[in-house]
Amino acid sequence: MNLAAETNESLAHFSNVLIYSAMAVYTLAFLAHIAEWVFGSRSAVGRTAAAITAASAPAASKVTVRVAQGGGTAVLERPKIVTRSAAGTRDVPDGPGAAGGTEQGDLYGRIAVGLTVLAFLMHFAAVLTRALSVQRAPWGNMYEFSTTFAMVAVGVYLTLLVLKKNVRWIGLPLVTTVLLDLGLAVSVLYTASDQLVPALHSYWLWIHVSCAIISGACLYLGAVATLLYLFRDRHEEKLAKGEQPGRFASVLERLPAAGSLDKFAYRINATIFPLWTFTIIAGAIWAEAAWGRYWGWDPKEVWSFITWVAYATYLHARATAGWKGRKAAYLALIAFGCYLFNYYGVNIFISGKHSYADV
Amino acid sequence: MSTTDTDTATGSDPTGKAAEDKAATSADERDLGAAGAQLSTAPAEEISVPSMGPIGWVRWFWRQLTSMRVALLLLFLLSLGAIPGSLVPQTGIDPVKVENFKQRHETLAPIYEKLGLFHVYSSVWFSAIYILLFVSLIGCIVPRTWQFIGQLRSRPPGAPRRLTRLPAYTTWRTEAEPERVLETAQRIMKRRRFRTHTVGGAVASEKGYLREAGNLLFHIALIVMLVAFAVGQLYRAEGGKLIVEGDGFANNLTQYDDFKSGTLFDKNDLAPFGFQLDRFTATYERSGPQKRTPRTFRADVTYWEGADGKEHKTSIKVNEPLEIAGSKVYLLGHGYAPIVTVRDGQGKVAFRGAVASLPIDAVNLTENVVIKVPDYRDKNNKKDQIGFQGQFVPTLDLNTGTMFSQFPALDNPALILTAYHGSLGVDAGIPQNVYQLDTSRMKQFKESDGSAFAKALKVGDTMKLPNGAGTLKFEGIKTWATFQISHRPGNDYALVGAVAALIGLAASLFIQRRRVWVRAVTGDDGVTVVEMAGLGRSESAKLPEELADLAVALQSEAPPAPEPEPNPDIDTALPADPAEGARA
Ligand code: HEM
Repeated sequence: MNLAAETNESLAHFSNVLIYSAMAVYTLAFLAHIAEWVFGSRSAVGRTAAAITAASAPAASKVTVRVAQGGGTAVLERPKIVTRSAAGTRDVPDGPGAAGGTEQGDLYGRIAVGLTVLAFLMHFAAVLTRALSVQRAPWGNMYEFSTTFAMVAVGVYLTLLVLKKNVRWIGLPLVTTVLLDLGLAVSVLYTASDQLVPALHSYWLWIHVSCAIISGACLYLGAVATLLYLFRDRHEEKLAKGEQPGRFASVLERLPAAGSLDKFAYRINATIFPLWTFTIIAGAIWAEAAWGRYWGWDPKEVWSFITWVAYATYLHARATAGWKGRKAAYLALIAFGCYLFNYYGVNIFISGKHSYADV
Repeated sequence: MSTTDTDTATGSDPTGKAAEDKAATSADERDLGAAGAQLSTAPAEEISVPSMGPIGWVRWFWRQLTSMRVALLLLFLLSLGAIPGSLVPQTGIDPVKVENFKQRHETLAPIYEKLGLFHVYSSVWFSAIYILLFVSLIGCIVPRTWQFIGQLRSRPPGAPRRLTRLPAYTTWRTEAEPERVLETAQRIMKRRRFRTHTVGGAVASEKGYLREAGNLLFHIALIVMLVAFAVGQLYRAEGGKLIVEGDGFANNLTQYDDFKSGTLFDKNDLAPFGFQLDRFTATYERSGPQKRTPRTFRADVTYWEGADGKEHKTSIKVNEPLEIAGSKVYLLGHGYAPIVTVRDGQGKVAFRGAVASLPIDAVNLTENVVIKVPDYRDKNNKKDQIGFQGQFVPTLDLNTGTMFSQFPALDNPALILTAYHGSLGVDAGIPQNVYQLDTSRMKQFKESDGSAFAKALKVGDTMKLPNGAGTLKFEGIKTWATFQISHRPGNDYALVGAVAALIGLAASLFIQRRRVWVRAVTGDDGVTVVEMAGLGRSESAKLPEELADLAVALQSEAPPAPEPEPNPDIDTALPADPAEGARA
């Protein structure tokens, strides 16, 4: 074995160590999030119920919008913009977040986010060293795909936090699933680092696979939001009808309003849909170069197509009266299920041209 | 329920909740009047029962087919219908697998056959789904395009009576004259690329038409892609060719090993070109867990276009086909061809050449070798035929106890053969598979002890057939490669369609279509009351911000006046009747 190969071997080993370290830190973040939710549950919040009962009279919420004023010479009075929700929608304020407004909960929440940042940095370094060890894009097999996938999901979440979006509520489910994904990756899917088969040597690999990973990671966040929307919506509906809230009321109470969750999910899905479309087009161009046809109904292609059509159905549903809200949400979950199946199901159960992505 | 679509669509959901929504929506619509109409070109949902008569039914059917609801259903069916094709083996992809499946599932196979499950994507029912979908699509695009052109020609609708009812609203009092306020407002809107005009004492403006244009472009591009795909299928032509190093290929039907074409392809359409395989190089991973995995495949070729065009040199790799005369030449696979010289019983050369052999093991490339020698004379100068059969092994390792190859490269090549004589059956007129030896009318050569004759040869070795029946010399090894030559028109259109779809989609999803109204009237106390309101296709956080932006711009010319007593500030109290509040 020559020197280069040895360096690569030790880099690959280093990458593995980093992944395990990142998992350890994610676990701490997970515990901190749990603490945040537990402390948050001590605050008695009944805001949703109050708001819903009040909302039976048509109320309009007021928003003062900050406007950047050029020059700054004349001090203009800021215009007050009154916003009004659509008729027939609940005007429910967002929940206070996991910490429920408690100081201790908030402290643990901040610790959790800090730990997530640290874990993300390790995770990123792990993916990078893996790429260096093989001197190619680190997306040649399911192990590499899974680790990068989780990394991008966390990266998107942290980016949204930096952009001051209200996304801290997604922290616990995200960290939990990232741990599961990484656990699966290191135990079941692990493949020692190595070169790619010739069919995978193409710059379209970079384009196609990186887009697929980013799409999937974002769609995953959308799916989590959709799922939480369904729970929260049911909760709000119960309150609106004056029924007894369920067992998880204290948790649901602290989530954003159903409307906000739904909007968040829609925005992500709608923003990513063109990227997913591009992913498929890039894949077709690559397939044309590699196999002589851009579309051949290979299982992986079929499931990408199914996923695409499912998301198109979801977007259509949102544009059609009577299909918004919960029904559209179910479609979104089915669509994400198709994405997942394309990734795990097709690689594991079905053999096709794409199946060199070894388990 | 979060979006505030104010188009005139009404739900078809019979549940109480939807009915409630519907009631609320229509109440809202009365307030908005025409202001919210035509903010999109999405068709309204209809569930009305058709009026009598066949024409009524046809119209009803057409409306149903082109409704969003049916489009939704068909889209859902399309994704559902695509599933079985990924689970059941498909003839178009792997016919061998289909045969195996049929043998394993004797009861299931005929049912599957009837349902077209072995060729899902060309089956009647799958075709029906997408054809209906595309009819629906065309039936949807055409009226929407007219409607959109109409919207572009007409002007934004006038301000609704109660601006306070709109999703974003602001108001202030100013000393400026109402006319001046409206004039300024119109100027500001124009500068920001709103289409704008003054009607009924209010400025009405609209922006974001590209959203609709993008949406239409997207749906039209889908049709372009489908047509391009269909053309590609109908006019396609593709065939395979195995070429041994040093040999060539000219593009006409007789030269192909196998050839498939679409129903509308004409064989005179084959473009004249050719190429020669100069050299084939393959390398493999030598260690580690992915040992034996191929690393490089490269075919160095010389090609020419036209009947006697100039020759060029290039190399074809797995992801880099050769593009030539509207066709593409792809490198598919490779293997070895042992070179042998066969001498007959008279010592004359009866056969000399490279024998391309097919791998029976795709990983380590153990190959099945068949050599047919029809022109042969035995020791007594009698006409006969002989055939050899056996294996070519690129890397023989006797320590493993098997005659199978241990590695795909030529580390320790060996040729292991047995021989027959008799009738090869080649004269019978039935086309024969060159890779199979029919030994039914042949006799195997025997050793003197009666056991079957067989020998293992290294390069340079000669094998002597028993009783002076002749010799076979293993001279060397060449490599062969298989190529796929494919001609698929319509690819460019498919790509153009795909790019157009992407652009249209981005415009459709990222551009907001919105309307802004500005009204300025003189209040009871002689001070001008300005009201601004915005309405979008869907509830957007950006709309209030944009409205605030516009208000600030307008306030530079119509500065807010001090509020009179008592303070009717909307911040502290919401007026019971918004219309009155606006005029306070
Ligand atoms: C071939 C299958 C189709 C696909 C893949 C498809 C896909 C899409 C997508 C992804 C959108 C979302 C873009 C947006 O929200 O603006 C959309 C919107 C839309 N589609 Fe389709 N569509 C198809 C067929 C149809 C058909 C058959 C109709 C008519 C019956 C139709 C009518 C519409 C309309 C009206 C909108 C815009 C809704 C709005 O204004 O928000 N589509 N389509």
